[in-house]
Amino acid sequence: MVNASAASAAPVAAARVMEWLSAVPDPEIPVLSIVDLGVVRQVGWEGDCCVVTVTPTYSGCPAMREISQGIERELDRRGIARVRIDTRLAPAWTTDWLTERGRQALRGYGIAPPAERAVDVSGILPRRDAPVVPCPHCGSARTRLVSDFGSTACKALYRCAACQEPFDYFKPH
Amino acid sequence: MDKALFESLLRWGDSPLVLSQQLSAWCGHGPALEEDLALANVALDLLGQARLWLTLAGEVEGAGRDEDRLAYLRDAPQFRNLLLVERPNGHYGDTMARQMFFDLWHYFLLERLAGSADPRVAAIAAKSVKEVTYHVRRSSDMVIRLGDGTEHSHALMQASIDALWPYTGELFVGDELDGELDARGVGCRPESLREPWLSHVRDVCAQATLTLPDEAAACRPAHRGGRQGRHTETLGYLLAEMQHLQRAYPGAAW
Repeated sequence: MVNASAASAAPVAAARVMEWLSAVPDPEIPVLSIVDLGVVRQVGWEGDCCVVTVTPTYSGCPAMREISQGIERELDRRGIARVRIDTRLAPAWTTDWLTERGRQALRGYGIAPPAERAVDVSGILPRRDAPVVPCPHCGSARTRLVSDFGSTACKALYRCAACQEPFDYFKPH
Repeated sequence: MDKALFESLLRWGDSPLVLSQQLSAWCGHGPALEEDLALANVALDLLGQARLWLTLAGEVEGAGRDEDRLAYLRDAPQFRNLLLVERPNGHYGDTMARQMFFDLWHYFLLERLAGSADPRVAAIAAKSVKEVTYHVRRSSDMVIRLGDGTEHSHALMQASIDALWPYTGELFVGDELDGELDARGVGCRPESLREPWLSHVRDVCAQATLTLPDEAAACRPAHRGGRQGRHTETLGYLLAEMQHLQRAYPGAAW
């Protein structure tokens, strides 16, 4: 998403800046860029200051500071001297914003991407109809949930009955 | 300063903050690695939510206090959390019963606040309720598994529910502040959360083969007052640990 109206007068086109930011990795899942993760919502300019709007993933995600630093480092490397990072809470981040490239990167890294759309906040009783999450290692559908919380809040822990490997599942959110 | 909003923001932020601190004490001591990880992650979510509420509280107050000053430099009587979250961690069943009672209340509160007339409140609530949906599912599931588990786990779980029950009354007792924010469309009356909460608690306990205590047992004034700053002894010890570094080395930064 780029701010088209500001782009004409911008020192560097916002779309180009967005492309550069696609090189900034998520600190915890380095194969995934922050653009593919969907946290970079908008790029614009205020005079010679590049304004990057980000939406945090989870409220307590400790990676947000590193993500900001990653943006500043990358833009500094590209010769943009003045950068401001704005945080926008609404609409809340959702895994629906993961790009297809991001989903593939997760799978290749051994993390199963979300198997359904954003978490349905109306369903608060324990799930009896949870979707099948295919194993990212062997592709088997014979997997089961071990815990709703894995190595980080954004992942659940699964185990594959076919290849016996445990794996992380990027939860729909 | 919008005093009613400021006070309410402290109420919404202090309960997750205190509960986060409590849950963090399980880190490295959970009954299984998966439980340990899950509780640490829930604690992290709650801490993140508390930071958002307290940051906004500081902005609304306009006196230069940020999230850190509000978290680390207030004493117990200035805290506005529910007494329920001050109950000791106890054994794992105690922690899970406390969590289930709290998560369900938290969920229905946030669901209401997501429709707040104040867009800043609505944004924090809409973000938090997604996280809390996972918390609710998990803590309800654990109560069901332990309640409907072995004879031993059932007895322990029932005792946990009985012991914590008196502290659930406070979750639904409003005061003038709640009334004011409700009238402005910014907050809500806690009384309105009771029915959906009770209905779900009944459902969970039925599945868990647990018996809900008498409703009158949750109506004693002695088990209320956290939201007005009257706390139990536990909070003092908890804050002593949580605030020690900032008290001993004012302004210390990571």
